[in-house]
Order: sequence, then C-alpha cells, then structure tokens
Amino acid sequence: MIGIPLSHILIFSLLLFAIGVYGALVRRNIIGILISIELMLNAANINLIAFSKYTSLSPATGQIFAIFVIAIAATAAAVGLAIVLALYRVRKTVYTDEVNLLKW
Amino acid sequence: MAAKFGTYAVMAVILIFALGVVTLRNIFHCALCLAAALIGTAVLYVAFRAEYLAAIQILLYVGAVVTLIIFAIMLTEHLAGKTVRQNNSQSPLAIAGLLGFVALLTVVILKTPWPVTQTALKAKVSVMALGEALMGTYVFPFEVISIILIAALIGTVVIAKKDAPEERL
Repeated sequence: MIGIPLSHILIFSLLLFAIGVYGALVRRNIIGILISIELMLNAANINLIAFSKYTSLSPATGQIFAIFVIAIAATAAAVGLAIVLALYRVRKTVYTDEVNLLKW
Repeated sequence: MAAKFGTYAVMAVILIFALGVVTLRNIFHCALCLAAALIGTAVLYVAFRAEYLAAIQILLYVGAVVTLIIFAIMLTEHLAGKTVRQNNSQSPLAIAGLLGFVALLTVVILKTPWPVTQTALKAKVSVMALGEALMGTYVFPFEVISIILIAALIGTVVIAKKDAPEERL
C-alpha cells in the first residue's frame, strides 16, 4: 500500500468525482442523478481517507469526517428518494425535463 | 509489489463500474454498478488500513443506500418496460467542461508538494481511537449529526406518506 504515491490516489478520486458530475449533469432520471451524487460523495471520502493516511498528524481525523460524510450521504439519499416518490405520485414521471411546472 | 498492483487494479475496476453508472441505459443496472463501485471502494479502504470505514461502507452504502435506491427504482419504473432515453442533450458540453476541469486539477495535484509524513504513514487507527475521538474532540459535530439524522428521518416519513383524504370543511 505504501508504494502508491498520494498524487495517484488524488487523481483517481478526481476522475471518480468527474464521472459523478457528468452523470449528475446529463441524466434525465432523477434517481440517476441521486446515484451520481452518491458517486461524488464516495470520491470525496476516498480523498479524506487518503489524506488521513498520508499527511495527517492525527490520523483519526480523516476517518471521523469520512464517517460524517457517510451519515450525511445516507440522509441525502433517503430524503431525495422520498421526494422522488412524492413527485412520482403527483406527476407520474421521474424525468427532470418533464417536471417543468415552474419553468417559465 | 503485488499489493501495489492490486490496488491499481481495484482503482481501475472502480472507474469502469463508475462509467457504467453514468452511461448504462437501464437504471436498475446503474444501481447494481453503483453497488459494485462502492464495494470496490471498501476494498480500497482496507488497503488504506481503514478497516472500520470499510465495514461501515459495506453496511451503510451497499446495505442501506443501494437497497433504498433499488426500492425507489422498482416503485417508480417498470423494469421490463420500454427503454427510454436516459441522457439529455448536454453530453458533449459536459464532457468538454469536465475534461478542462480534470486537466486543471491534475496539473494542480501534480505540482503541489504534498507533506507526506512518515508518522502518518506508520500510524494505525484502531476502532477504539475512533470512538474516543468521536466522543471527545468531535462530540459536538457528532451531536449535530444525530439531530440531522432524526430530522431527516421524520422529514422522509412526512414527505413520502400518502396524503390524508381531504378534510370536510
């Protein structure tokens, strides 16, 4: 493990984050957007763990904040999917471009 | 050497599954790819000597969040139905912008002298140390997270429950 330089891990998580942003930008399905957001949070977590492993003076800090990020991600997914279900019940669609009630 | 190669292989597999998450047409397959990418990340955490995080990742992400997403997909979509277009027409623009973003940040990452310390590389974080930090230094954020969790729980139930029948006025 020690053999891998920190910059390679950072570039890997950058690519993962970019893939997540791409999904959030181009998906029509709201659930697809939520999945992409989970990917982005996951990339941020990898960064936190890598920094805590390589540079931190108190190595527990990065892992603690990764735990916080996981908790927030779980609440985000739960609330987001509840909103999707409520939306589906009212509008019978989960596609972002068909939800244009407030669009001028 | 083998561990190094294995870690790079895990990274490549995670990226392939992540590409599957954003490109596959069937949203159910996307959710399964997400589960695979998250399991790969847990393997990466084990390689980083963060075993507790790996366990949490499997339990919370792969166990709870992916299950939740699959439930939402099954409640909103007919799996065997016709395949509809999943992407909007902004794909080329998004790819161009993100390539610039990735190139810029790669240059920044490679030019920054990261202060890699030998003490951090040798350090072992036990679950006990994590618990002590959570109950000591980080007890205030811990309480805030608890409040957020309970608020999200109540809010989710309120949003997702069926509306009560109209009250007679």
